[in-house]
Amino acid sequence: MSRPLLEARGLRKHFPLRGGVLQRTRAWVRAVDDVSFEVAPGETLGIVGESGCGKSTLARVILRLIEPEAGELRFDGEDVRAASPSRMKRLRRDMQLVFQDPYASLNPRLTIEDAIAFSLLVHGTPRREARERARAMLGRVGLDPGLHGRRYAHELSGGQRQRVNIARALVLDPRLLVLDEPVSALDKSVQAQVLNLLQDLKTERALTYVFISHDLNVIEYVSDRVLVMYLGEVVETGTAEALAQSPKHPYTQALFASAPSMDPDRRMDRLPIAGDPPNAIDPPSGCRFRTRCAFAMPRCAEAPPPWVPVGATHDVACYLYQAEPVSVA
Amino acid sequence: MAVSVALVEAPAVAAAPMSYWRTVAWRLSRDRATLVAGGVLVLIALSAVLAPWLAPYDPSAGSIRLRLAEVGAPGHVLGTDEQGRDMLSRLLWGGRMTLVAGLTPVLVALVLGAGLGVAAGYVGGITNTLIMRTMDIFYAFPAVLLAIAISGALGPGLANTLISLSIVFVPRVVRVAESATVQVKGLEYIAAARASGAGVRAIVRHHLLANVLGPILVFASTQVSLSIILAAGLSFLGLGVTPPAAEWGLMLNTLRQSIYVNAIVPALPGLAIFITSMAFNLLSDGLRDAMEIRG
Repeated sequence: MSRPLLEARGLRKHFPLRGGVLQRTRAWVRAVDDVSFEVAPGETLGIVGESGCGKSTLARVILRLIEPEAGELRFDGEDVRAASPSRMKRLRRDMQLVFQDPYASLNPRLTIEDAIAFSLLVHGTPRREARERARAMLGRVGLDPGLHGRRYAHELSGGQRQRVNIARALVLDPRLLVLDEPVSALDKSVQAQVLNLLQDLKTERALTYVFISHDLNVIEYVSDRVLVMYLGEVVETGTAEALAQSPKHPYTQALFASAPSMDPDRRMDRLPIAGDPPNAIDPPSGCRFRTRCAFAMPRCAEAPPPWVPVGATHDVACYLYQAEPVSVA
Repeated sequence: MAVSVALVEAPAVAAAPMSYWRTVAWRLSRDRATLVAGGVLVLIALSAVLAPWLAPYDPSAGSIRLRLAEVGAPGHVLGTDEQGRDMLSRLLWGGRMTLVAGLTPVLVALVLGAGLGVAAGYVGGITNTLIMRTMDIFYAFPAVLLAIAISGALGPGLANTLISLSIVFVPRVVRVAESATVQVKGLEYIAAARASGAGVRAIVRHHLLANVLGPILVFASTQVSLSIILAAGLSFLGLGVTPPAAEWGLMLNTLRQSIYVNAIVPALPGLAIFITSMAFNLLSDGLRDAMEIRG
């Protein structure tokens, strides 16, 4: 495999919870804890997990919109965290983000055209050219520049706004696109259209995607490889196929069991997990999933489980698979 | 046939998107109460500006023989005050003072308050704590009490009135500006702008201010009526404009002993204050409704 386009090693972001008059730190929300992964050029890495597991924080950390406390982040071999402000500005053209909320992600006071052109203006493109490229980009994402370009965000539907968001991210010609729940706020039929658009754009522009979603069906459809996150940690990684066919971590299994499937062979009898994930402020010791895990053992509380390879590119962090693998099915 | 006509027409209507401010203007133009209030204010402002030409008499020239003439007295349409000065002339001149004393502090507060509030909200952290807690100190006192205390310490006079009222209104505007900024700052389009590589200045100018100034402006407009009442109140207490200058609050004070002799003439400055501050209130209400952003 060639050099990864994006490489993360031990990324960590804990948010301080402040309180009192002196704003002293009372506790830490461990949003992203020791997350490592690689994304090869042209690949789509899916990141899946429940709400509150740190997916969106991870997306922002990758783009350095949130500064991580620890860990290494390399884009095309370059250390992103060490980049100077001017270098960072240049890097931002190469890595862009598509946001989840199609309503909050567009400035209500800018026309669609101006919202897209703004990114180009920031990088010194002349106004006229920026506007032309914005209009061309609008056309590419399936909107009519003549009809929609001079409109304001509130005049568009959710699906149209998400297309605008995609256009805004792509107008800078990035190489990496981080998509943070890009279709979660959309109707099913619109979801399919936007997903297909994303697939087309990826092939056409040789893009690399980091695709974040809580929806396993979506993740399975778009991803080459998948990262399963639970409470700020990665618990299992593997190809989309391997994960779908034989999920190893009890959490991944529960996720697949709770995802509605149209395929009768894929329906599982096992009960999906119940309840909400524990608080990320004070996560359980050892394996963080143990409080909801059907197979929890005493040792799960002692130390975080190590990574165990269970396939060629399939790894899981669970004691069930250490030394002598125990069959769960 | 009617259906097909509607289908043809719909895109034509929708094809004329309105910019935000044009939408606001269009909404205002359909709001009758606000239009009337605005019209009243224009008349008051015009009469204040044109007072030197409109006033039939010198506002400070009195006549002992003509004290407390009734409304409608020959030569004095609105009567005369306790020193025989023409009420119409004094009300016209007094409007100048009252409007200056009412509007200036709000304008000062708008500029200073928006600056401080946006800075506190956008920078956050210690800057925010420093600015906001300092504002809280001023905010702890009721507006009237604070205005009286500062004016009392500085002494009477128009300049001191303006200073004390500005101090009253700055913290209020800062609060609104800060909370609006914090709210907008957390929205994804700000993060998107950061992700595109934009610097703080470009983000504040193109993305933040445009979305924050509206609510701040609306709030400031609600404070004008209060400012007018406070300015008149300070004059009434002898802490504002000094005699013999004409000012509505001061006129109310000097005329108050005459209320048993002539009940209507002493009420006139009060009526003027009431109408002006009411009109400002109605206008700011209308402005708020018109500026409400659609989702």
